[in-house]
This record gives sequence, structure tokens and C-alpha cells, in this order.
Amino acid sequence: MTNDVSSSGEALISVRGVDKYFGDFQALKDIDLDIHRGEVVALIGASGSGKSTLCRCINRLETITSGTITIDGKPLPEEGKDLAKLRSEVGMVFQSFNLFPHMRVVDNVTLGPIKVKGVAKAEAQKQAMELLARVGLQGKEHNLPAALSGGQQQRVAIARALAMQPKALLFDEPTSALDPEVIKEVLDVMQELAEAGMTMLVVTHEMGFARHVCDRVVFMDSGEIVEEAEPEQFFTAPSSERAQAFLSKILAH
Amino acid sequence: MDAITDNIPALLHGIGTTCLLTILGYAFSLVFGTLLAVCRVSPIPPLRWAATVYVEIFRNMPMLSLLVLLAFGMPDAGLLLPLFWTGVLALVLSGSAFVCETVRSGINTVPIGHAEAARSIGLGFFGVLRFVVLPQAFRTMVQPLVNIFIGTVIGSSLCAAVAVPELTYQTQAINNQYAQAVLMFLFVGAVYLCLAFAGGLVGWLLERRLSPTRLLNRHTTRIGAGA
Repeated sequence: MTNDVSSSGEALISVRGVDKYFGDFQALKDIDLDIHRGEVVALIGASGSGKSTLCRCINRLETITSGTITIDGKPLPEEGKDLAKLRSEVGMVFQSFNLFPHMRVVDNVTLGPIKVKGVAKAEAQKQAMELLARVGLQGKEHNLPAALSGGQQQRVAIARALAMQPKALLFDEPTSALDPEVIKEVLDVMQELAEAGMTMLVVTHEMGFARHVCDRVVFMDSGEIVEEAEPEQFFTAPSSERAQAFLSKILAH
Repeated sequence: MDAITDNIPALLHGIGTTCLLTILGYAFSLVFGTLLAVCRVSPIPPLRWAATVYVEIFRNMPMLSLLVLLAFGMPDAGLLLPLFWTGVLALVLSGSAFVCETVRSGINTVPIGHAEAARSIGLGFFGVLRFVVLPQAFRTMVQPLVNIFIGTVIGSSLCAAVAVPELTYQTQAINNQYAQAVLMFLFVGAVYLCLAFAGGLVGWLLERRLSPTRLLNRHTTRIGAGA
């Protein structure tokens, strides 16, 4: 485990000593994690290992029981206006897309900029069109989400998160609800974002993506961070037994 | 038939008063009931408790008891409200409790993920409700809200008990004079049926307009036409 003290001060997202309980169940155990500007981190582990919970805690969709999480040097506040503002600085992409089904695609993307940031409608729409083109969805702007495939919906969700010009993006199993043939189109968009320098934390079961696109792999098990390493090192020579066991199970076929 | 034809102005006046009672009672119930529902889902516990207590009191109290209580209780407390407005107040106190529960259950039909997605783009509690949750919830609320509308139409007839000159009150007065209960109450029954049916029709049209498949078609047709 790397505990590089000198670089922790400039981390964009800094998680320190975080515990999270659901009733008696401890979902996160003393988590320390730094994510630096421009870094792409894969968060992997078995179901129930706490990776989604950690992701949701960073965006404060779950409250933490103890510890601190700071975004760009500012600690996450309690509920309220400040939290809403800070939350919009970290975009989130969900497993189930969660597009607003009663709004056209373009309105899904412009809602945040118009209502939260106060961007003028015409300007927000122009930006939305550019973002939708960037994720390969030109021509779909006026459709309702239900008229799009899962892969297209997830790309709209990415555009919606990008529209807030976040400092970082959290992906909570973005391809787990998708058919195999459309997973690639979402991963391609994510790879382009990574190459453009976006700071990303990606909870994923896509080992190819973790290995080839991410700068670092964080492996969790039973609510703990067990191992952090460069992707090549992690996938070829994991140092912990639990990571070895995990990899042997998922890479068997 | 004389009982009706001789008294057309009085009956029309009664119908007008019934409509006014219903419209005012229902409109205020919608506004106040929605505010109560917002309290019931708010993150502030005292607001939740207060709204829950309100709902449990006024949902479970018979309209007639409430009306008589208000008509006699308020003057005792030094509040002199015209009888018409006492009737509206009773309709709103009772109706809003039902609207609250309808709106709340509508809110609960919207997947929590949509609210989370809205929060993650920086919307606060009210923004999430207003732009994401309530518009979606409204579709599932249309029919229950029609039920409440019909309840308000029918409930307004109880205002006769405190001498609000609405349709039932006028009919009773005429019946006292002509002693033609069957005719008079068949007539007034038909009028209530028409009023309630009109409400149901509006609800049906609204629901059709808001149905997801129809929305989808409307949007695709527009795009098809534009292309």
C-alpha cells in the first residue's frame, strides 16, 4: 500500500480514515485513498466489498460514520446548499443510468447547468449539443431516454455529468447493466475522457479497462483497501493473497 | 315537475355554490396537500411529524363532524367566518390530508436513483422534487387525485348541514315546500353525477396525455417531421 505523504496535500480527492456502518454492518473499514488531478483509478473487488459504497460516500450520497473526505482541499460539508454545490463538482455516473425519463435527452443534460449554475438556456443547450456530439449522440438530442439503447443512455448520463464541468467523475459500475455489445461504446467514451485528462474513479468489473486505461488499481475486499498498485503489476503479480484469489476466480475463463 | 321548473333560479344558484365550494376546496387542497407531502418527505424531523399528525387527524375525522365543529367552534373562539368559507375550510382541511398521502405515495413511485442522479448534479431538496420527482410522480397521481376531486364534489353536499346555500341545501328547502323527495333527489343526484363525471373525464384526458408511450410518440413524430 502506498502512503505517499508528500503528495497527499495536492490530492484532488482525499479520503482519510473513513468508516461506514449500515446498522451493525461495517461496509467501509478505515479507508485511506488519494486521487490526484488527472489520475484514473480503477476500484475493483467482489460484490459487497464496499467499492460502490466508497464511491457513493465520496459524492456524499451516503453519509460516512467517521473519518474525513476532502475534495480539492475542502472537506465535504453536512447537508445543505454548500453540499449541493460541492457535490456538483464531482460528477457521478450510475449503473442504472438514472436519466430523467420525462425529459428529452438535451434537457437531461441542461437541467444542472440551468438550474444549479444559472447558465442561460441557449448557452446551456449549445454546450449540451457539443457534449452529446462528443459522446457520439448527435441527432438524438430531442429523443426521450426510453427511445435510446442502454449504451446510448449511459453516454447521455456521462454527458449530463460533464455538463456541470466537474473536477472529477465517479463511475459506479457504468457498464454492469449493459448488453455486452454496447459495453465498448461506453468504455470508449470513458477512455477518451481519461486521455483528455479527466480525473476519474471507476468502480468496474471490466478488467481490460482497468488494466489498459487506468493509472492505478485499488482492490477492495470486505470493506478494506487490500492492495493498491499499477495495473500491470496488479494483474501480473498481485502481492496480497486476497487479490490473487480474486483474480484467479475472474480470470479463470 | 313544478318543484323543479318553479325553482330554477334557486337550483342554479345552488349548483353555482356547489361548483364554487368544490373548485375552491379542491384547489386549496391540492396546494396545501402538496406542501404537506413535501413536509412529510423533508429531511427535517419536526416537519415530518407535524404533517403526519395533521394527516392522521383530518383524514380520520368525518367531514360532517368537522363542519359542525368549525361552524360552532370558530365563533366560540372569536373567529367569525362566513358559512360559505367555513364550508371551504372544512373541505380543504379534510381534502388536503388525502392529497398529501396521494402525493407522498406518488413520490415513492419514482426510483430513488433518479433523485440521487439529480442530487449528484447539484440540485437541492426542492430542485430534486420540483424538476425530477414531482413531474414523474404526477402521472401516477392522476387517478387518485380524481378520486379526491369526486370526494370533494360529494363532500360539499354536507355543507347543507351548516346552512351553506348549495345544491343539497336548496333541494331540501324546495322538498320541504313541495314534498317531492324522489323527484328532487333524483334530479340533484343526476347533477352531482354530472359534476363528478366531468372531473373524471378531465382526469382521463390528463392521464392519456401524460402516458409514457404517448409522450414517446409525440417526441418522435416531431423529430420525424423536422427531419
